[in-house]
Amino acid sequence: MNSLVKKRGVKIVEGTVLFLLTIFLSGCKKMVVLDPKGPVGIEQAFLIKLAFFLMLIVVIPVFAMIIWFSVRYRASNKKATYKPKWAHSNAIEVVVWGVPVLIIAVLGYICWDSTNRLDPYKPLQSENKPLEIDVISTDSDWLFIYPEYGVASINEMTFPVNTPLNFRLTSGSVMTSFFIPALGSQMYVMAGMQTKLHLMASELGTYRGENVVYSGNGYAGMHFKAISSTQQAFANWVKQTKASADTLSLDRFNQINEMYNINHPATAFSSVEPDLFKKVIKKNMHWMPEQKNMKGMSGNESAMESHSHGGMNKAVKMEE
Amino acid sequence: MFGRLSWSDIPIHDPIIMGAVGSSTILALVIIGLVSFYKKWGYLWTEWLTTVDHKKIGIMYIILSAVMLLRGFADAVMMRIQQALAAGGNPGYLTAHHFDQVFGAHGTIMIIFVAMPFMFGLMNIVVPLQIGARDVAFPVLNSVSFYLTVAGAGLMMISLGVGEFANTGWYGIAPLFEKAYNPGVGVDYWMWAFQIAGLGSLFGGINFIATILKMRAPGMKLMKMPMFTWTVLTASMIIIVTFPVITGALGLLTLDRYLGMHFFTNTMGGNMMMWNNLFWMWGHPEVYIVVLPAFGIFSEVVATFSSKRLFAYKSLVWATAAITILSCTVWLHHFFTMGNTVNVNAFFGIATMLIAIPTGVKVFDWLFTMYRGRIRFTSPMYWVLGFLTAFTIGGMTGVLLAIPGADYVMHNTVFLVAHYHNTLIPGALFGYFAGFSYWFPKMFGFKLNEKWGKRAFWGWMIGFLVAFMPLYAAGFMGMPRRAATYDNLEWQPLLITAAIGTAIVGLGVVFQVIQVVVSIRERRESRDATGDAWDGRTLEWAIASPPPEYNFAVTPVVSELDAFWEMKEKGTAYKHYPVYADIHMPKKSPLGIIIGGLTLTFGFAMIWYIWWLAIIGFLGIVTALIISGSNDDDGYIIPAAEVKRIEDRRFLLLDSMRLRKEVGEDELKPNKKEKIHEYNYFEQ
Repeated sequence: MNSLVKKRGVKIVEGTVLFLLTIFLSGCKKMVVLDPKGPVGIEQAFLIKLAFFLMLIVVIPVFAMIIWFSVRYRASNKKATYKPKWAHSNAIEVVVWGVPVLIIAVLGYICWDSTNRLDPYKPLQSENKPLEIDVISTDSDWLFIYPEYGVASINEMTFPVNTPLNFRLTSGSVMTSFFIPALGSQMYVMAGMQTKLHLMASELGTYRGENVVYSGNGYAGMHFKAISSTQQAFANWVKQTKASADTLSLDRFNQINEMYNINHPATAFSSVEPDLFKKVIKKNMHWMPEQKNMKGMSGNESAMESHSHGGMNKAVKMEE
Repeated sequence: MFGRLSWSDIPIHDPIIMGAVGSSTILALVIIGLVSFYKKWGYLWTEWLTTVDHKKIGIMYIILSAVMLLRGFADAVMMRIQQALAAGGNPGYLTAHHFDQVFGAHGTIMIIFVAMPFMFGLMNIVVPLQIGARDVAFPVLNSVSFYLTVAGAGLMMISLGVGEFANTGWYGIAPLFEKAYNPGVGVDYWMWAFQIAGLGSLFGGINFIATILKMRAPGMKLMKMPMFTWTVLTASMIIIVTFPVITGALGLLTLDRYLGMHFFTNTMGGNMMMWNNLFWMWGHPEVYIVVLPAFGIFSEVVATFSSKRLFAYKSLVWATAAITILSCTVWLHHFFTMGNTVNVNAFFGIATMLIAIPTGVKVFDWLFTMYRGRIRFTSPMYWVLGFLTAFTIGGMTGVLLAIPGADYVMHNTVFLVAHYHNTLIPGALFGYFAGFSYWFPKMFGFKLNEKWGKRAFWGWMIGFLVAFMPLYAAGFMGMPRRAATYDNLEWQPLLITAAIGTAIVGLGVVFQVIQVVVSIRERRESRDATGDAWDGRTLEWAIASPPPEYNFAVTPVVSELDAFWEMKEKGTAYKHYPVYADIHMPKKSPLGIIIGGLTLTFGFAMIWYIWWLAIIGFLGIVTALIISGSNDDDGYIIPAAEVKRIEDRRFLLLDSMRLRKEVGEDELKPNKKEKIHEYNYFEQ
């Protein structure tokens, strides 16, 4: 009787485990971060896998030892050696310090090297001419300006495949983070400051872009379509956008910016007020003396760049 | 008159909130009713609320932590249910604005009002006993620390029913938490609750450094201190180094929000990344503040239940010291993605990885303590083994996140959420649970029920894995953290799995409650009259359980690391002295509860702009401090005769047990009807 109950219990547990594993594994196929669609992401996915396998050198022995020691040295096993006073061994100490030191040394080198190679500020190499995109976030929308074409769009970003994308990012409102998991690195987006990001898609497709820093009640809906298209399709898109009725002025932007917690539908703008990106940054710099302010603005590399300590050296850079 | 507070601030239209408020209120009324019915107010006031006894303060800390754990866990359940439902156009059952308060409250509660009080509770109970002291260095300050934490927790609970809580997470999101975006009281509740409890922790840290450095028994050199005491010392050092940073940062935010200044705003030179820097300069070391004492607990438990010396004690001390220092050099890894230069990111990435070395060493040292031991699989040991298994995974994902290039694609996704739960639940919480069941007999004189303890462990362990492993996968699928709803249906199966995991953890929590109830009912069968429930190694096991008010009748002299083990081996343990001396003890003081009450009033008044009340609260605090500061008579004497009476009683019992054993009766078990303890809390 009792054993029957036990057997049934085991079956229920087995069934549950299998069920959970199925759900889990069915989900695993769609891990965009480990199966990315652009050179930056591909390098990052490789980096994650490499570091993971390196760490298994320590982790697997730990698991083995947990099981082995627990079984072998259980109190009921009187056959096992018992040495209550043994508490020191130079050989073991050398190994337990040495192996982690070695692995971290290797990982440390990988870390330094990959941080250099994956610097989001570093332009990507390609035969194709890079496309400049200025990104402005509000608390719940993404605005994409294409300065070379004088067009813009909200919550939908079209770009040609195999073309380096040079992003400049700023926020009209709270802090956000710009992230297209299928392409790679994310970057914080902050008001009164400019950050940069370089990505590229190597496959055609529509990817999910999103904000990953909580920004208020519009946060959950603050995602956009990142559409990697052919050169031809992109050219068509520009043409089409130029024909749309809507235009984007600073006033219009301010209007959108001040509508808190509302996710706007994807919209295209046939023209954009010149230097809108810089004007949005400048909005938060009105407190600065005009001369310094202008000096910063005139530079080729924008002075508001938040390299190194965020904007902490923002003012310092103004004087350079 | 009442600032911005009005009747409309009580969310009576929200059934979920009102349900929570209603049940908490009913529970509070039941407790008040019971205490009144049994006429225990006087007892409660003199023996508990005004006590400065470290053991009782410790127990009160743990009760506070347990209550807040239930609240924080309820928040977790709410979030998991919401995310399991709210896919593809389904709004779920929580509004976005309710959901954001829940995740903020969950994080704040779990770190500040569960982990910290649980840790301080165990520190209070154990450290003075382990070092052979009578109390902590500043007993009244200790009580003040506790009540400041209670005041913070009180504000958290009030925010449930009066007004709202912050929508900016537990770490505060600049500049979203500024007045321009958040004019309501939510952020103020978070800010003041955090600030007040933080002050309590800072005082606690000072207290424990002074206690450990100045009050150790003769012969207990630093390198002969038990491992738990070591970790408390290092955690306290991190506390006094980093808590002033968060106090200052919250102070700057207060200036922003109350006086319109611009430290973390978008404009006028304000800088949101300054907040992130300041917060994580405290926030990352804070992780080690809560984890290091848990590491200490694992060290004690694994040595005791392997019946063996702790392997490589010196190595462990150095590893702990290394973690202490490194913990303060890694905060920037919380925002690799803010556009730093390569060198800054690489520096902080490598610094973060370095912590894996001493942590790995610790894991191996615990394993080699088990090696060639005689392992008793009690519930504290279950928690240790669960910790070793789960924490290894958490450490691995931690090193992944430490590589800036990899962090760029995992930061702020649910991968990160899975990672820090994967370190804090096994690393801190499992440690406290191990410590709680390990030292429970020391606190109360009887053991916890093992059967329910092990069931609780399996609930937590399996539930934890089922709840958080799917989040790693969802993170790799690009799911952002803190999303109240989502349109990507691929994430939903994983989130449903995670919700099932939370339900299993819920079973663990229920089993823990049952465990405590069953254990109290069976206290006569499971009592431990020897004071040495587990064949322990350190000094706390040398005295009665629960210990008399003065702890050690005669201060022990220490010559070895495992001081009590040494005494047992040499036959000098359980020494019954013929004569005892008078013992000077600190007097009870109502200062703590008064300061706590006034601070709660002050905080509440500040949140609601009730300026006159804030002034009264503040002046009250100053007055209370002046009055108590001018009181020189802060101690009393326990006469030698009284000490002798208490000690004689204990030894009479020990002798009778020994006799019974000699004539072949059941082991070291006292006769069920004997009242064995002067200080048995459940018999009063």
